[in-house]
Amino acid sequence: MISITHYCTIHNIDTSFIHALADEGLIVLTIATDGPFIEEEQLPDLESYTRWHYEMGVNTEGIDVIRHLLDRIRNMQGEMHNLRMRLNLYENGD
Amino acid sequence: MAFIDYYKVLGLDKTASADDIKKAYRKLARKHHPDMNPNDKEANLKFQQINEANEVLSDPDKRKKYDEYGENWKHAEQFEHAKQQQQQQGYTYGGQTGFEGFGGDFSGEHFSDFFESLFGRGGGSGRRSQAKYRGQDYQAELHLGLREAATTHQHTLKVNDQNVRITIPAGIANGQVIKLKGHGAPGGNGGPAGDLYITFIVEDDEHFKRSGDDLYANVDVDLYAALLGGEITFDTLNGKVKLKVKPETQNGTKVRLKGKGFPKYKKEGEAGDLIITYNVILPTGLSEKEKELIRELASVSSKN
Repeated sequence: MISITHYCTIHNIDTSFIHALADEGLIVLTIATDGPFIEEEQLPDLESYTRWHYEMGVNTEGIDVIRHLLDRIRNMQGEMHNLRMRLNLYENGD
Repeated sequence: MAFIDYYKVLGLDKTASADDIKKAYRKLARKHHPDMNPNDKEANLKFQQINEANEVLSDPDKRKKYDEYGENWKHAEQFEHAKQQQQQQGYTYGGQTGFEGFGGDFSGEHFSDFFESLFGRGGGSGRRSQAKYRGQDYQAELHLGLREAATTHQHTLKVNDQNVRITIPAGIANGQVIKLKGHGAPGGNGGPAGDLYITFIVEDDEHFKRSGDDLYANVDVDLYAALLGGEITFDTLNGKVKLKVKPETQNGTKVRLKGKGFPKYKKEGEAGDLIITYNVILPTGLSEKEKELIRELASVSSKN
């Protein structure tokens, strides 16, 4: 578990951004007596969202849209890969 | 090594303000950032150029130096040296060139030779890619032959100067990605290390083609075996099999051998099917006698 206060201090960002992500359903916070935490598995996503917001100026609603579109891109890339593999069966004169 | 026009990379002119640079960088980063372009090496390369341009132009010291020397960057080192000598007359110093000391952790940063010649190796500030907390993920490709991928085997990789031994289960798919948790770059400020993602590239084999767990192969059958029936031996991935060729087998006939295909990933003892296509070979270089017999056969056939 990673403390949100610690994460925000290291990245020099405001905790309100993390709460806005949680309100949008983009991350899940675990509330403990010594403050909010996130599971380590969510850290790569949280770091991506932090980059998108602070380096590219994307707001939380935009982050949600990008996340959905990236899922679709990845699914389509997987489908293209499978189709290429099937096409390979019929290529090279075989 | 060529001069790089960082203003052009960001689509700006030399009078651009710090705010213009920030806006231009953000706009281009939204388009080319690797996060937004999964599995796109070209976008990754383009982003490195944009990042490098921003690294220089958004840092007042670097921008000043870049503007000062511009296309005469090759002489930057000697100019700096001369300048320091003038400034430090009367003091002893040890041949400092003025191109070092930006410091920082540069792992994962990629700068051009031009950048490094002007700002030194490790001249990046590391503001973006330096691990503030969780370490950077590594991406690697591992190429395997089809037969290699059909057996469970071990492979040793060198990551961060350490040998990592992995077991590759039989049946791994072409393009499949395996994550090795914690084998990426070390984290910073007590954060966890990144992960290592290995993409497996399973090469084609000259005898087999693979689709999922099924294997496809072509087998040549001579005309007489195709007409009258016969038996042929075929090498599968796990041993020889005898194939019965039925009389009057047509060219392109397919035979499915259950469980003789590719091993199923993490399902020990299970395998896909092997689909064999018969390729009937017509004889060439016929002798006069053979031609005569075939003509006779043709006349018999036409009467039936």
